Amino acid sequence: MKLREAATVLGATFISGEEQADMEIAGVCASDLMSDVLAFGSPRVLLLTGLTNAQSIMTADVADVAAVAYVRGKRPENGTVELAKQKGIPVLACDLAMFEACGRIFEKGLLPGSSVEESQ
Amino acid sequence: MTGERDIVLKEQFSVTGRDFGRAGSVSTTIKSMLKQIGFPPDVVRRVAIATYEAEMNVVVYADRATVTFEVTPAAITVTLEDQGRGIADIEQAMREGYSTATDEIREMGFGAGMGLPNIKKNSDDLEVTSEVGVGTIVRIKVLAPQ
Repeated sequence: MKLREAATVLGATFISGEEQADMEIAGVCASDLMSDVLAFGSPRVLLLTGLTNAQSIMTADVADVAAVAYVRGKRPENGTVELAKQKGIPVLACDLAMFEACGRIFEKGLLPGSSVEESQ
Repeated sequence: MTGERDIVLKEQFSVTGRDFGRAGSVSTTIKSMLKQIGFPPDVVRRVAIATYEAEMNVVVYADRATVTFEVTPAAITVTLEDQGRGIADIEQAMREGYSTATDEIREMGFGAGMGLPNIKKNSDDLEVTSEVGVGTIVRIKVLAPQ
């Protein structure tokens, strides 16, 4: 699935990195806990999270996450967006609760990041 | 033992405790350097994740640390030597879910007791030594693909 399609499914808007909207995402990792993203996420996934501080982007960079989408109507601080731009990680935001965001995207056939890795 | 002439790259960085604004910057710098050298993405990712968890541990629990990053033809080694409270029971700290983190740390997305287990999972060799009230030394080694 392309990032652009995921954004449409989530009703999400791009805060930065829209020029990368045609990138392919390999799956989704949904968590507010960054250690779980590091432990269980796989590369090139879309990270759905309610954590909007700089650590969400640092974690995304370290774990090779393709893009970050904030849920529950949360918006990142300016410093977080700046960091994401530096790291070349697109940032999106949507108003859905985590459960509904995951449900919608799962319904469209996008597999969890870890399953993608296992099936390769 | 690795001889000095085998060292491809050696760099030192410092990490300051409680400096949440810069937390992770050493790890992402090391990651860029490994990428530039041309290591495979999975190796780069493992080193980056292990280093990041260790760097977060310093920021959260210690006063300061020196990070030594060394690349040889055989392995990538990251050693974090911190000055701080130390770990009383390393075996307990290695257990998934064990944590002494405060709510403030949890609000930052960490402190779930996954740090040391995550470091172990992503390294080929991990050494942790600690002295209470003095500090902790974490040595992460990831073998270079031959």
